[in-house]
Amino acid sequence: MNSSILRVGNGGVQSAASVARREAWLRRLPLVPAFVYVVLVTQIPFALTIYYSFFSWNLLKPGSFKFAGADNYARLLTDESIRTAVLNTVVLTLCVIGISVVLGLSVASLLNSEVFGRGLMRTLMIAPFLIMPTAGALIWKDTLLNPLFGLLPNLLGPFGLGRVDWVNRFPMATVVAVEVWRWTPFMMLIILAGLQSQNPEVLEAARVDGANAFQAFRRITLPLVRPFLELGALLGSLFVVQTFDSIYMLTYGGPGEDTTNVPFLLYLVAFQGFNIGQASAIGVVAVILTTIVATFALRTLFSIFHVEARH
Amino acid sequence: MSAKVVAGGRFQFPTKKVAWSIVGWLVVFIFFFPVLWMWLESLKTEPQAASSPPTILFLPTLEEFQTVLSGDFPPFFINSAIACIGSTILVLVLGLPAAYALAIRPVKRTQDVLFFFISTRFLPFAASLVPLYLLARDLQLLDNIFALGLIYTTINLPLGVWLLRSFLLEIPPELFEAARVDGASFATELRRIVVPLIAPGIAATSLICLIFSWNEFFYAVNFTSSTAATTPIFLVGFISGRGLFYAKLAAAATLASLPVLLAGWIAQKQLIRGLTMGAVK
Repeated sequence: MNSSILRVGNGGVQSAASVARREAWLRRLPLVPAFVYVVLVTQIPFALTIYYSFFSWNLLKPGSFKFAGADNYARLLTDESIRTAVLNTVVLTLCVIGISVVLGLSVASLLNSEVFGRGLMRTLMIAPFLIMPTAGALIWKDTLLNPLFGLLPNLLGPFGLGRVDWVNRFPMATVVAVEVWRWTPFMMLIILAGLQSQNPEVLEAARVDGANAFQAFRRITLPLVRPFLELGALLGSLFVVQTFDSIYMLTYGGPGEDTTNVPFLLYLVAFQGFNIGQASAIGVVAVILTTIVATFALRTLFSIFHVEARH
Repeated sequence: MSAKVVAGGRFQFPTKKVAWSIVGWLVVFIFFFPVLWMWLESLKTEPQAASSPPTILFLPTLEEFQTVLSGDFPPFFINSAIACIGSTILVLVLGLPAAYALAIRPVKRTQDVLFFFISTRFLPFAASLVPLYLLARDLQLLDNIFALGLIYTTINLPLGVWLLRSFLLEIPPELFEAARVDGASFATELRRIVVPLIAPGIAATSLICLIFSWNEFFYAVNFTSSTAATTPIFLVGFISGRGLFYAKLAAAATLASLPVLLAGWIAQKQLIRGLTMGAVK
């Protein structure tokens, strides 16, 4: 709407500026409830988190609330367990995203080629993503990997690999495996959508021109699905950075601190130690780190929206 | 390549297609196997479920489902349903007008507002966890299913706004102009044009909300203890202390996963769109 339109109201002519202001507010009005809600539940608490992070405060010690300056942050830099948690988070995220993108691309390519029962394959393939993560972790830990009664040690027994306590001997690898199992279908779905947006005639033309399958994939398919790969990897990493369920169920952060990532450490500090000040400082750092990843993710998201808008 | 009838009417065996099909089905089998195994275990008796070597052939029984359903499982399930349905309705009530303001008659700086909404979705829970916990504690709202529902609304609202907006953008603008000429109010416009036309969008949004809130664990485990505990919390009881109840565990896991699995399978087409906030159709 043009803001300079004059309107004759009930009482006479209103000034152009006030009409424009009213018009702008009328437009904004439907946005207000959602906006206010989000600000109330995320922004104000975040401001409080920053505030608390400068205090020493343990809920288990009444009257312990006192200003601590940057102590909580100083401890972040020196504390061994925080460094371990950050490292574990990075390792877990990179491994899960890297592996599940490669697997997702492979499975999506399979499902995009002419095979029998594509629809059913896709349906079954997305199941791991839909299964409740706590349920999935339990099934893996107890019924599949348990050294005595699990299926895998029983099947691998004849190969000399029986009775291996996977969860305790390879805790991080187990968590990665279960998360890859869960996130590969997610990547597959996004990448498959990219592959299906490809015009088969272009590939056919390339083949006629003498390109082999590998060249055609590298030169034609890959550039086309690249934004989808990026989107999957970035969105996925925003979720995987927050992994909590499967760590809680599979390893409870252990043995020792071997699988304690930042969210799990936060859980331990805030809800087992009730150390509010320290937990808040971890929160602030987590926000800064996530913001960096999220900025890239959002840029990709917007660029895809723009590409679509041009069509 | 599919089976072709080549010149001369001879049938050519689709070797390539068969080979790739076998590879594909093997991969799918590996990924689907844990789910299949969960179902199989849930239909066994306890001794069969934890036998070594594993029991492959057995007479299926629904005994463990009966045990779970007649035990303490239902309250957890009902809590999950309240939190999910309640928060989904709230997401739609708050999100639809917001999406309207960002799509149909866009406000100034629409991009910034969209950016703001989605940035809150990816704010780690670490950002607001402690103050929300303290607030809930002071208001006696810990272990309250409605408080948990409000948190789930926060998680899903940004997704809801983005997703609903992407559906609204597909409505031809002429429809709104016609309605405006006829003097339709905002509420009439929402009811007569928006809701009927984006019914699939509303369904997709509800589905995504359901997936994220039904499976949510972190807030559930920290903000509830007994009366308001949700389905994932029920499963925590199987970690230790209850011994080896594999069949019961599998039956509970099957029931806990059922709503999202079914919803996801029914609405497969909407799933990608929902997961990418409308970016990929």
